[in-house]
Amino acid sequence: MDISQYLILSAILFTIGIFGVFLNKKNIIIILMSIELMLLAVNINFVAFSVYTNDMVGQLFSLLILTVAAAEAAIGLAILVIYNRNHKSIAVEDVSIMNG
Amino acid sequence: MLITNLFFYIFSIITIASACMVIAGKNPVHSVLFLILCFFNAAGIFLILGAEFLALILVIVYVGAVAVLFLFVVMMLDVDFTRLRAGFLAYLPIGGLIGFVMFVELVMVLGTWKLDFNLPTNVLTNELSNTRALGNIIYTEYIYFFQLSGLILLVAMIGAIVLTINHKQTAKRQNIFNQVIRDPKESVKNINVKPGQGI
Repeated sequence: MDISQYLILSAILFTIGIFGVFLNKKNIIIILMSIELMLLAVNINFVAFSVYTNDMVGQLFSLLILTVAAAEAAIGLAILVIYNRNHKSIAVEDVSIMNG
Repeated sequence: MLITNLFFYIFSIITIASACMVIAGKNPVHSVLFLILCFFNAAGIFLILGAEFLALILVIVYVGAVAVLFLFVVMMLDVDFTRLRAGFLAYLPIGGLIGFVMFVELVMVLGTWKLDFNLPTNVLTNELSNTRALGNIIYTEYIYFFQLSGLILLVAMIGAIVLTINHKQTAKRQNIFNQVIRDPKESVKNINVKPGQGI
């Protein structure tokens, strides 16, 4: 099977992720999910190249990306929870006044 | 080889369709559930590629932890999501334009680059299993990356706890200093209670 199929799949997924960030500019939960989609696309790219070049380092980096994605989701959602506790809303357009 | 292609197309079509549903869904709970479907199918694609360990880790970490965390937050926050959806279509042209340009650029990179690998015929019949091969490099050559990812997870855990901890003034908490400094002579009294009378 050709590697370009995997690369095109990952390009489509990445584009959907970027598109989701633009489309749901106000809903930060969907934005975080779009970021997860983009990281998944990058992971598919890494694993495809790792298999086709017969080099395990790509899969190792994919594992590290997984770690960072989990940490990012945890911190992002924690910030979201405290923002919602303080402001009673999660509208991101007035998030720039976040302080204290 | 035909059956591999068939499964690849099934998995990738479901992945892309559920990714579209993630960003277009009206209800964030549905978006999270479609995200879970998307990760499951991506795990299937990893299995086709021969990365079994990563496929199962993807299911465990993303579906078991991250997606459930999303689901928990979406259900816990009582937010009017219809108000957040206002102006959904206003960003469609600019978002579509940027997404289209991005996709065309990615495909152009793919088209101009000569991919010349000596393709392994079947990665699954290597003498080393995938997990063992990953373990062979992660604990030897790349031990610092491994430790660093552990550190990142520790910092994320502490950060999430510190951010969301809620010190209520009314809650009764244990004060270790007061507890240790307390003198038994002052706090315990011996009262001789006469029979038939209260204190």
